[in-house]
Amino acid sequence: MNALHIKKGSNKHSAYNLRPNFSDQVETHTLAVLVDNEAGVLARVIGLFSGRGYNIESLTVAEVDHLGHLSRITIVTRGTPQVIEQIKAQLGRIVPVHQVHDLTVEGPSVERELALLKVASGGDKRVEALRLADIFRANVVDSTLDSFVFEITGAPDKIDAFADLMRPLGLIEMARTGVAALSRGAEA
Amino acid sequence: MARQMTGARMVVQALKDHGVDTVFGYPGGAVLPIYDEIFQQNDIQHILVRHEQGAVHAAEGYARSTGKPGVVLVTSGPGATNAVTGLADALLDSIPIVVLTGQVPTFMIGSDAFQEADTVGITRPCTKHNWLVKDTDALPATLHEAFHVATSGRPGPVLIDIPKDVQFANGSYTPPTKATQHRYQPQVKGDMETIKELVEAMETAKKPIFYTGGGVINSGPAASQLLRELVEATGFPITSTLMGLGAYPGSGDKWLGMLGMHGLYEANMAMHGCDLMINIGARFDDRITGRIDAFSPNSRKAHIDIDPSSINKVIHVDIPIVGDVAHVLEDMLKVWKARGRKTNSEAVAKWWKQIEEWRAVNCLTYKGSDSVIKPQYALQRLQALTKDHDRYITTEVGQHQMWAAQYLHFEDPNRWMTSGGLGTMGYGFPASIGVQMAHRDALVINVAGEASWLMNMQEMGTAMQFNLPVKQFILNNERLGMVRQWQQLLHGERYSQSWSEALPDFVKLAEAFGAKGIICKDPADLDDAIMEMINYDGPVIFDCLVEKHENCFPMIPSGEPHNKMLLGDASTKDAIKEGGAVLV
Ligand SMILES: Cc1cc2nc3c(=O)[nH]c(=O)nc-3n(C[C@H](O)[C@H](O)[C@H](O)COP(=O)(O)OP(=O)(O)OC[C@H]3O[C@@H](n4cnc5c(N)ncnc54)[C@H](O)[C@@H]3O)c2cc1C
Ligand SMILES: Cc1ncc(C[n+]2csc(CCOP(=O)(O)OP(=O)(O)O)c2C)c(N)n1
Repeated sequence: MNALHIKKGSNKHSAYNLRPNFSDQVETHTLAVLVDNEAGVLARVIGLFSGRGYNIESLTVAEVDHLGHLSRITIVTRGTPQVIEQIKAQLGRIVPVHQVHDLTVEGPSVERELALLKVASGGDKRVEALRLADIFRANVVDSTLDSFVFEITGAPDKIDAFADLMRPLGLIEMARTGVAALSRGAEA
Repeated sequence: MARQMTGARMVVQALKDHGVDTVFGYPGGAVLPIYDEIFQQNDIQHILVRHEQGAVHAAEGYARSTGKPGVVLVTSGPGATNAVTGLADALLDSIPIVVLTGQVPTFMIGSDAFQEADTVGITRPCTKHNWLVKDTDALPATLHEAFHVATSGRPGPVLIDIPKDVQFANGSYTPPTKATQHRYQPQVKGDMETIKELVEAMETAKKPIFYTGGGVINSGPAASQLLRELVEATGFPITSTLMGLGAYPGSGDKWLGMLGMHGLYEANMAMHGCDLMINIGARFDDRITGRIDAFSPNSRKAHIDIDPSSINKVIHVDIPIVGDVAHVLEDMLKVWKARGRKTNSEAVAKWWKQIEEWRAVNCLTYKGSDSVIKPQYALQRLQALTKDHDRYITTEVGQHQMWAAQYLHFEDPNRWMTSGGLGTMGYGFPASIGVQMAHRDALVINVAGEASWLMNMQEMGTAMQFNLPVKQFILNNERLGMVRQWQQLLHGERYSQSWSEALPDFVKLAEAFGAKGIICKDPADLDDAIMEMINYDGPVIFDCLVEKHENCFPMIPSGEPHNKMLLGDASTKDAIKEGGAVLV
């Protein structure tokens, strides 16, 4: 029956040598997606990312045009240039998606994020936290004798830097909004 | 213009307004109001299937063979979940279908009500778009948009989930108008500059090839016509994917046959060696590319596709053109003619000489037999005896499907219905029912494997009830043949669960349904048996007992490039590398 002369016995199979080797660098891109504000639209966008194995580093969504029922979804994602192009093309296929902007390549843009940080400490650490908050222009929005809640707005790395400094000073909890972004200049 | 009516009546009215004549479906509690409307009219015929999966595949067969959208009506919960495989199938093969599902009343959604399922949630990733309609007044616009989305751009399945209270309530219905501006507007005209670039490349190409796909069929008969004109005018060779068979005639002298994993030697070698590849409505599927980094290494590649996400998804192309095949081909021909109809004919003639050498390998030869029917032989005889008929072919999934693609020839588009992307066993039989509904007088044959066929055999009831004379041509090897072939090549002949055991007596099975059964096991009897099948006025189950361990060749082993094709049993020794085995 073994007409094919194929070795019997088991082989160890590895998938590693089959992966396409994309030598391309992984890049971070910020995408602004204008969508109809209808039921399920966010699930469509998120389902696309999880279903096709794309990354989401940050995601924000809110209605931006009440009369036109339009929402703006801002997504920070990572991938090779080829994957980023696929993500944009795939987003463009979704019926309630009106526009997909890649703010990272469409010229200069501003990105801002808001974070709340709860820092619980006393003595010198408490004083140092307050001093650093001042340098970072973070506001105190709640305080007890043993804690502060700071509010800070800025580019994501500024918030990262602030959080890193607060960690040894008693950071116990943090909430971040994710990135909101717009292109610079007079054009929409 | 606007008229007051119930949601259920709107559904039937909208179907009529969109020219629907056939609905495939199965009733249940959550769609009773719509079934009540179906009962009270005669314009739309409802085909009662025996399983909702069958309804969707039947609608796919109807759609693919007519170019019109197929329509399905099923109930909530299990009705909807049974339809899911068909939706996924239609999504991967770009088939336009509109599926209407009943849902529990709006006020009960979320309460784990009887036969409640999150239908839009479950079907979101396997539809082009879907809607849950919570308000009767929103129903007409949604129905119209659904037909628009299913049929425009890259076609695909859509689903509308309609709660029962929305079906009962009154609202105002406005018919669809041409002027309606839908939000979904894919680009159909290609960029003229890029088209010019492609024409220039065609003028100088030494080893060009057209690689065409399902997009040509999707684009409509005009696209196939223009493709033929372009091929004849340039004299370039043409190959096609499984999904594009029939766009260019199988008898044409520029035709190289199907390409890909089980494609013809000459087609794959030409793809590997070409210097200009013109992809028209195909998507560089992994059955085509094989190992990506070794895919057609020395060619410039152009890609015409209506879906921007198909371009550069798998293979980087040099000349991308987003647009509809018919529109782009028309512009290409115009530009090419205006520039003086030039090709590098001397080099192309040399290219053809090379191709003729590859052709001479005769890759489809197989060892014949007087005692047992070879599956390839069965299909050659089927081709010979049916080619002059008004013929439509559907298939199941497996070896028989590949042999059908290799040995049957298609002269026209929309004559070949097969599950390519999802590879759904159980597709072919219900699809043949859908095709026969659309073409009552045609000869409709489902080329099947016995295992696939059993997956939706309940549709015999449908074929009988509606007098659909579909011919079930079963190449019975008593094996899950394609699986067995892979186990032979990759798993040391350990045939784990790939035997078709306890098969029914297909002749008796046919008779039990009131249909005709034919069994044939001697090659000498085959022609007569096939003629008997063709001439019988009614459904036939043809049990063709074939060689049990025949392998399907040519075969490009997974993880290998085109020029590493296996041509027959002798060539398979150590052919498949360890890594290739993890691929599907
Ligand atoms: C067991 C098995 C074995 C298989 N072996 C092979 C094989 O050997 N060879 C083979 O070819 N296939 C094979 N297939 C099928 C394969 O899996 C794919 O389904 C098939 O190759 C895809 O065909 P396609 O590229 O034409 O794309 P399709 O799936 O038909 O996609 C069509 C493409 O055209 C585009 N398009 C749609 N409409 C338009 C329009 N109007 N204008 C422009 N573009 C449009 C779409 O966006 C899409 O990119 C096999 C399947 C099975 C189940
Ligand atoms: C629904 C489904 N389940 C499993 C498979 C995997 N599969 C692919 S081909 C095949 C065997 C098909 O056997 P048969 O229909 O007898 O056709 P043959 O290959 O013998 O011609 C199987 C199990 C599939 N394609 N679809």
